[in-house]
Amino acid sequence: MATALDPHAAVVSGASGASPRLTTADGQPLARALARSSARARRRAFLLVAPLLLFVVVTFVIPIGQMLHRSIYNDGFSANMPQVSAWFAENPTGTQPDEAAYAALAADLTAAAEARTIGVVGTRMNYDVPGTRSLFTSTGRKARAGFEPPFREALIEADEDWADPTLWRAMRSASTAYTANFYLAAVDRTRDDENNIVRVPERQQVYVMLFQRTFWLSLLITGLTFLLGFPIAHLLATLPMRKSNLLMILVLLPFWTSLLVRTTAWMVLLQQQGVVNDILVWLGVVGQDGRLKLIYNQVGTIIAMTHILLPFMILPLYSVMRTINPSYVRAARSLGASSWTAFRRVYFPQTLPGLGAGALLVFILAVGYYITPALVGGSSGQLISNMIAMHMTETLNWSMAAALAAILLASVLVLYWIYDRLVGIDNLKLG
Amino acid sequence: MTPTGNDGFVVFDHVQKSYDGQTLVVKDLNLSIGKGEFLTMLGPSGSGKTTCLMMLAGFETATHGEIRLAGRNINDVPPHKRGIGMVFQNYALFPHMTVGENLAFPLEVRGMSKAERESRVIRALDMVQMGRFRTRRPAQLSGGQQQRIALARALVFDPQLVLMDEPLGALDKQLREHMQYEIKSLHDNLGITVVYVTHDQGEALTMSDRIAVFNDGRIQQLAPPSVLYEQPENSFVAGFIGENNKLPGTIEKLDGQRAEVRLANGELIDATAVNIREVGQQTLVSIRPERVEFKPDLMPAGTHTIDAEVRDVIYMGDILRARMKVAGSDDFVMKFRNTLGQTRLQPGQHIRIGWNPQDARALDPV
Repeated sequence: MATALDPHAAVVSGASGASPRLTTADGQPLARALARSSARARRRAFLLVAPLLLFVVVTFVIPIGQMLHRSIYNDGFSANMPQVSAWFAENPTGTQPDEAAYAALAADLTAAAEARTIGVVGTRMNYDVPGTRSLFTSTGRKARAGFEPPFREALIEADEDWADPTLWRAMRSASTAYTANFYLAAVDRTRDDENNIVRVPERQQVYVMLFQRTFWLSLLITGLTFLLGFPIAHLLATLPMRKSNLLMILVLLPFWTSLLVRTTAWMVLLQQQGVVNDILVWLGVVGQDGRLKLIYNQVGTIIAMTHILLPFMILPLYSVMRTINPSYVRAARSLGASSWTAFRRVYFPQTLPGLGAGALLVFILAVGYYITPALVGGSSGQLISNMIAMHMTETLNWSMAAALAAILLASVLVLYWIYDRLVGIDNLKLG
Repeated sequence: MTPTGNDGFVVFDHVQKSYDGQTLVVKDLNLSIGKGEFLTMLGPSGSGKTTCLMMLAGFETATHGEIRLAGRNINDVPPHKRGIGMVFQNYALFPHMTVGENLAFPLEVRGMSKAERESRVIRALDMVQMGRFRTRRPAQLSGGQQQRIALARALVFDPQLVLMDEPLGALDKQLREHMQYEIKSLHDNLGITVVYVTHDQGEALTMSDRIAVFNDGRIQQLAPPSVLYEQPENSFVAGFIGENNKLPGTIEKLDGQRAEVRLANGELIDATAVNIREVGQQTLVSIRPERVEFKPDLMPAGTHTIDAEVRDVIYMGDILRARMKVAGSDDFVMKFRNTLGQTRLQPGQHIRIGWNPQDARALDPV
């Protein structure tokens, strides 16, 4: 004990080789003592955040994980049609369906009809070959009585579509629960008879165009919020407190207004017989028959989303601008810079952290925006999220919705990564 | 470098400034600053000194009057065309630029070539002994280092006039004293004109050729430091610069400059009349603590002395500071040097104090 209390002895006692191991006064390794003494505090800190962690995991991480899983997994066909799925597994792609295949199909149809899962199967097939749901349900009604061999003839007699090679190709791809086909469909691709990835017919190409439109409009809206928000943020940051508070309320007003009120206001303002058009006609800018179409199209989406997302640009900019001491610009001016040079070289670079945060926020929100384009966008103002919503609520093709959402999520993450590489995430100032 | 004659390099001519149209922040300012002069504007906050500096720099416009630089009216010249170097209170070094880029900025906006910029930046950095820090960012520098860079940046484009707005306010005492010395020697070596704003009278006294004491939008007194300290012209200046004892009384006798003042308790003291016109007038006699004597042999012959009761004596190292009760007032202060064999006063002790009549100045009562 006496040696352990000696500080020099304490250092040497644990020494083995090059680096001496420090110990506490009673001979324990210092690192372990430190870990033990701080463990309690760490445990208590963790308990404090545990409820939130649990909440986030249950309400956010698990659903997102499930959604991502659903985009590559759909057992609507394979679970309910086991025999024909097994036949597909045994016979390579391109094999013509033989009597055994039809026998398996007939047995599965009968079983599925008995178990009342034939609708699920029909819905699943309907994703790939539109109109097949009714084929399955109608054949299912006949299948309850059972089919007599030869099954091929029996089924084709029930409905001649059972001989359709497109249907068989679709059933083959649905026969495995795990599939990348939803992702292929989400980028307007499909598989041909030889299992090659090809583009879908031009008439059906919609998703790529919608993704492009979504990103282009989001970029445009981000740019517009910047152009409109920058001067306002500057004004907010430089006005005396009382005036800037009033202005801040005006900026935040879109946040506090009910969506329906806001939408109605836009309708009143923007429709062809609306306030804006009336004023333009009165001013003689446009003729009575040349009234502008400002709503229920892309213009409507752009105007409404710029309005609603403006605060997300203004607030980070404002919080950064408020911290910029006016003496910087004064210094630049006294050093010989014109007011424009002082702005460009000294003021603007210092607002970049706020601008970056605002732009990232607005862009990410815009990419996923759903309700506003749905209300004022018409058909040309629809974004990819409206398509996701349609698959969720109308076609009930959740796997497709999940695949589209996953692509959206991935591209936002890529953008975030690029931003991090270019600007640095630590340079982000949200408030 | 003391200015030889005043050629009016910088002239404020009947300048007035109002922000709200109701009150004047600067009331009829007339000031002429010579070329090569180090002029300090000293005053409490809100006295209008910073406003004057900002008007000179061009960040504020004069409501009335004219400001001339080298004979030219600069009222309508924008700040970037005035060619005035300025050092700000918080240094205002551009945080997104390196030290070198900060210094190159004024040269760049003047369209100077890269080679010329390089050599000038290096010269300016060497001038403030900061050559090694060229690639650093301002945030990586200490306060004193940032101060030097700010100074170098204000000087790098060879301005004729440099304005400094409380540049040493954020530094600790020791560094501040060191920087005072450096700024002063830069001024002497470069022959530039400096207008310096501060509320620190010590700074003003040690650095300036002349000091303009501001209060209430007016220059109260404009004089070299020694004159300002020893011969304040009014009670504000007397109270603002250095420590002062104030004794209220009535003029008993007036003989040219020489006056005798009757204090409230009936005692008589000697003083020099400054802005006093007649016998019987109320006055405030101001006297520096270090000019008060209590040993009869150190006072001129025939001096009136008055009674003082020592309240406490504070030991301050180089000096001793005695607080005394004089003429009914409790806060009369006397300072005396801590020399070997100095008489140690005790609390409660009664002594007779007096002074050279030149050191006691009978001023207008406030």
